[in-house]
Amino acid sequence: MSSHDDVESVKKQTRAYLMVFGALMVLTVLTVGVAYLHMPAWLAVGVALVIALFKGTLVAGIFMHLFDERKLIYWVLALTVLFFLVLLFYPTISEWDQRKL
Amino acid sequence: MEIPYNTEARPDTGLYNAKLGIWLFLASEVMLFGALFSSYILLRTGAPTWPMGREILNVPLATLNTVILIGSSVTMVMSWASLKLKDFGKYRLYMGLTLLLSLGFLVVKAFEYGAKFSHHPPLYPSTNTFLAIYFTLTGLHGLHVIGGMIVNGYLWGPGAKMWKIEPERFTNRIEVAGLYWHFVDLVWIFLFPTLYLL
Repeated sequence: MSSHDDVESVKKQTRAYLMVFGALMVLTVLTVGVAYLHMPAWLAVGVALVIALFKGTLVAGIFMHLFDERKLIYWVLALTVLFFLVLLFYPTISEWDQRKL
Repeated sequence: MEIPYNTEARPDTGLYNAKLGIWLFLASEVMLFGALFSSYILLRTGAPTWPMGREILNVPLATLNTVILIGSSVTMVMSWASLKLKDFGKYRLYMGLTLLLSLGFLVVKAFEYGAKFSHHPPLYPSTNTFLAIYFTLTGLHGLHVIGGMIVNGYLWGPGAKMWKIEPERFTNRIEVAGLYWHFVDLVWIFLFPTLYLL
């Protein structure tokens, strides 16, 4: 398997896990804090999603070892993202068609 | 018959089989939650009015639950790292903590649901579209937490016997269970702001 097998690298990873934990806590406080600022709706949604995406990247990249994974997993996930986007936008697109009719 | 490639990587995929399996399963989970998120966006953008989540829901409790669930992800990954360092005692400790934190999450969630049901007038999934979406998404997520607890409970208790016979295979089982658990954490990271804060 990849680099995360020997004792030294596992110990190094353990420190990374604790740092990610700290970062996730700070970002959680931040996302709650900014929600109470009186921002326009589009900006509030944007900021909340950017923070959530950043938190998600830390969880997937470090806890789920995605930053150090085999290519096949990346392909599976790329396909998933593609289908997810279709799922997200298909209802909107189908509604445009109805408006034309 | 022996199940192949549960420790060594399969030459063509470069992965042990369970790891590819769990990622394919998680891909299907993305589609399940994605369909519901898509419905949420469509219903919300199409509605003439929509309540602010934080005016109906309990933000402090949900923030506490965010901290609890992220904490459980950390203890989960630490339980795997402990096995990599051949420290079974620490594995038991961290996996036990993961289970306690998961239980804590469910208890907080039960208080939240209870407060909605005993509210005057009561707030049910049938009350309005926002609450329907809220209960569907958090309910499905809660079921995932329960599912993870069943697997993690097995791996903490009777399933841990495998450590003595096949330690590498057992370590991989913890990694796979961890991948699922981090996904449950990941879903909550998106549910929390979109339902409670916006």
